[in-house]
Amino acid sequence: MSSIEVNGKSIETDEEGYLVDRTEWTEEAAQILADQDELELTDNHWEVMHFLRDYYEEYQIAPAVRVLTKAIGKKLGKEKGNSKYLYELFPYGPAKQACRFAGLPKPTGCV
Amino acid sequence: MTENVTKKFLYVNRKAPYGTIYALESLEVVLIGAAFEQDVSVAFIDDGVYQLKKDQSTDGIGMKNFSPTYNALGDYEVTQIYVDKESLDERGLTADDLMNLVYEDEDDDYAEKSSISIVNRDELAKLMEQQDVVLSF
Repeated sequence: MSSIEVNGKSIETDEEGYLVDRTEWTEEAAQILADQDELELTDNHWEVMHFLRDYYEEYQIAPAVRVLTKAIGKKLGKEKGNSKYLYELFPYGPAKQACRFAGLPKPTGCV
Repeated sequence: MTENVTKKFLYVNRKAPYGTIYALESLEVVLIGAAFEQDVSVAFIDDGVYQLKKDQSTDGIGMKNFSPTYNALGDYEVTQIYVDKESLDERGLTADDLMNLVYEDEDDDYAEKSSISIVNRDELAKLMEQQDVVLSF
């Protein structure tokens, strides 16, 4: 098991870097996970991460990228609901990478 | 994938939601299949109809209540959900006891429509005949 260090507290991650317990997630944890990928988080990143956490809260799953793209478009507008915008924010894959930063499991439907 | 091959998949669910892993595994496979843009339909027969029961609570059994995830099927464009009427009748259930699973019809100005069809066994048999793949859980 790996872990990350957040404010002196150790949070467990799985072999792919996803948090084992999503309730341990904090915005600081997201920041540290993003630092590992050398990605600077902007308001647009946070918007997607919070969207994912809300989606998980409601449906108990992290959505696949196609579903995420559509749902973002509906909620945040067409200019954000497209792969180009989302891949620019999260170059390693908007569902996979954003879910990891957001403390969620790997999306259902990702291999 | 080399070609854009779409097959008709029917997932048949016959078991109660908790006590075995079948229901949850089936749901995950359905979502994965749908993410690969296959033509997916799902049937609930026998104790499988309990999977769609609304207001589920797992507080007493220490398992995750995954029933909210069925509401995401519409987002995954799984819009053909068939429930066997006789199985409902045998268990004293009606359509009103089931979760209200819906999808938005893109061809109809995103109108919200029910995904659930209550069908009899003849209709289910016909449905199974039309499939390329039938997976039973």
